[in-house]
This record gives sequence, C-alpha cells and structure tokens, in this order.
Amino acid sequence: MIQTDILIIGAGPTGLFAVFEAGLLKLKCHIIDALPQAGGQLSELYPKKPIYDIPGYPEVGAQELVDNLMEQIKPFQPGFTLGERAEKITKIDDKLFEVVTDKGTVHRAAVVAIAGGLGSFEPRKPQLPNIEQFEDKGLLYMVKNPAQFKDKRVVIAGGGDSALDWSIYLSDIAAEVVLVHRRNEFRGALDSVEKVQDLKSAGKIKLYTPYEVTKIEGDIQLKSLRLKSNQTETELDLETDFFIPLFGLTPKLGPIANWGLEIEKNAIKVDNTLDYQTNIPGIYAIGDVNTYPGKLKLILCGFHEATLMCQSAFARIHPDKRNVLKYTTVGGINGFDGSVKQAPKAVVKTID
Amino acid sequence: MIVSKEVRIQITDRNGTSHEVMAPTDLNMNLMEVIRSFELAEEGTIGICGGMAMCASCQCYVLSDHDLLHRGDEEEAMLSEAFNVRENSRLSCQIPINEALENLHIEIAQED
Repeated sequence: MIQTDILIIGAGPTGLFAVFEAGLLKLKCHIIDALPQAGGQLSELYPKKPIYDIPGYPEVGAQELVDNLMEQIKPFQPGFTLGERAEKITKIDDKLFEVVTDKGTVHRAAVVAIAGGLGSFEPRKPQLPNIEQFEDKGLLYMVKNPAQFKDKRVVIAGGGDSALDWSIYLSDIAAEVVLVHRRNEFRGALDSVEKVQDLKSAGKIKLYTPYEVTKIEGDIQLKSLRLKSNQTETELDLETDFFIPLFGLTPKLGPIANWGLEIEKNAIKVDNTLDYQTNIPGIYAIGDVNTYPGKLKLILCGFHEATLMCQSAFARIHPDKRNVLKYTTVGGINGFDGSVKQAPKAVVKTID
Repeated sequence: MIVSKEVRIQITDRNGTSHEVMAPTDLNMNLMEVIRSFELAEEGTIGICGGMAMCASCQCYVLSDHDLLHRGDEEEAMLSEAFNVRENSRLSCQIPINEALENLHIEIAQED
C-alpha cells in the first residue's frame, strides 16, 4: 500500500506543479497516471509542439516544459504509479481516502487532487458490430506482452506510428504479421515506414492497403477477419489468432465520473472562490478537468489552481498548524532528499 | 469604428438539429471554435486536442458546395485513422472563418 499526504491523479503539468507547491509546505505527493510516462497531453499528444503562453517563456516545447517540471519537483521526491488508471475511491474516515487502480494498486492519502485533464487516454475502438465480444479473446487494443504472440498469426490495423512499430517488432516474434490500413499512405516516422517497406519486400510482413477490417468472426475465440478493399470493394477472409487495432488514443473521463462528484460539461465542478475543492470535502479538482464560472483550460491557470489547492490541503492535513506564505527567494528550497537550494548570501564587509 | 464582418453558417448538430449562426471573420476563429462558442456540441466532446488536427473530435461533413474539400497533410493523416469518414469530411478546426464561407452548411460527425 502506498501512503502519502496528497494523492494526485494525473501527471500532466498541473499535477506535476502541485508536487512543487505541496513540497514547499512539506507535504508529500504521489501521482497516478494511466499513461506509461509523465507529462499528460503534452507528452502524449504534442511533445514537439511549441507553447507560447507560459509566463516567462516566450516559447517552450511541450516536452521541454514537462522535463523542466520534473526537474523542478525532483527535490520533493514524488512517487509515481504509471500505466494504471485510478478506478475506485473509498472514504476510510474523515482524514483518509483510499484509491485503487485498475491493476489493484492501493493508495491512501488525506487529500486527493484530481488533475486528470481530459481524462485518461483510452484506445479508440473500431466500429465493428460484435467487437466487444472478442475483447481479450484474440482481440487486443494494446500490446502488453509481446511474448504471447510467439508463433501466432497477428493482424494489426492502423496507419500511425504504433501500428508500424508493432508490426516491425512482432515480425520477429509472430509466425505471421499482417498490416491492414485503409489508405496507401502511412503517417509515421520515415524510418519506420521504410523498415516496414523492407520487411514487406523480405516477405516478413504482409501488407493490405487500402483495406479495412469490416467483420470479425469466431465462436468464443476470434478466428478470422473479413477485409474489404477501399478501391475495388473486393472482400477476402483472413484467418488469424490475434487482431490488434491500433487507432490511437482518445481521452475519456472514465471511472472518475462515478465518484459522486458534481459533473458539468464533462468536467468536475469546484469552488473557485476558495480552493478548487469539489462537492466532496478533501477531494479537489485542478487544471483542465475542473469547471467553474469563467474557467479557462490553460496550463497557467492549472498552476494557479494547484497552488491554492495545496494551501487548502495543508489546512486540512494540519488543522492545528499556522501557515504563512514564504517566498522561495527568501526561504529557498529544502528538498525531502536533503538537498538545499538557496539564494547566495549578500556579503557584509567594510571596504577599506 | 471597426465594423466587424460576420458570415452566416448553418450547422447541423449531432442530434440532427439545424442551427443558423453568425460567425465573426475578424477574430481569428476556426469552425471548431465557432461550434464550441455556440455550444452546439457538448463541451469535452469536440476540439479535444485544442485544434491541432491531432484528434478527430471536430470532424464535420461539408454539405454545401463550398470549395472546402482540400485537406491539409496533417488533417489528411488524422482523417485516415478516424471513423465515419466520408468524401466530404473535414476537421472543422482546420477551416478558418472567412467571408468565402457565407451560407456554408455543415454537419457535425458523431463522436468516435
């Protein structure tokens, strides 16, 4: 079991910065994120794109901002549960929440701060009539355990980087790899496209373009796929052991929507006059995931919200302690790792 | 005083209801933003990536015969992976509002 002061859900810029503000108040944080890496949308959707409205940065790359935030919060030693989605919340008592992920990891904290952005990123499912019936019965939306494809036949659908990269990777493991894409053009890193071209020429990957999977067949286990050409309308059936559609990720609010929080316009309602607390005392929502009159979904607003949330969390965790705002220039940074950052002392000395 | 120009656009929402809106040509807006500003699709279900052609949540169909069927490269790539794509599909975030759009008629595609 993981125990901390503030449990943050979402490792985007707002969640990361909350660790810093909490650290200044000597509160420890742990972050859960469904993605395998920190950074949220910035790392997942647009790592190389520039951002122009971070105060003090005329221009900063999205991933660069994430890297900087990670560096900034390092002294406060945040814990991470990555690649897991926060699923269930239970109020143990007035001072303790328990959050369990889809993989069963248990976290306990006095305060929960939801910094979930647009929600957790989930695979986009192709619109095939009986698709759900074959999920985990030969149909997978992501590759977690490549070894399971050893000597099996695999059909991958999609035209982006993940479809290309997994086709390349699995061509070494699986008995047969078929890549289906509805266009002739692939959108991906040039070397991945070229590698697939080479593997196709070498007979290690079979390519069907411009084709689409239109039907899944099988009894309990998936057995075959119907493919249809987008050019000639020709249809063919392909026997396979696995079908992996890779059509990217889309954010969904997910289980958080069922936590008893007040939701409006796909966002969590909070008290913006004070501390961004939700209708459940002790649970806060900060950044893009919240809503209030005049809400702007901007990173800089998320930073502000995170800061006020931490002040309120402190009062909640230490009701008997007084707190006074300290400037980092004056007080410096005292990391939980023992590191100290401080403004250099002015020299007081007489000049003869 | 600057007289702001507006164009008339007909937007069919995801429930099939048609709305006529006046969209400003001088606010550097795109069609996805117009749809959001008039709240014609539920917040959180449109323009998820913010208008970078990196999701297909703002997909629309161009119903009138405006010359809008030329997609950009990134848009084309995104639409090649989206669902419910038709000949007349566009990402509305990639359509800037200008005077040529007078009497445009679009339909917002279903969520995927």
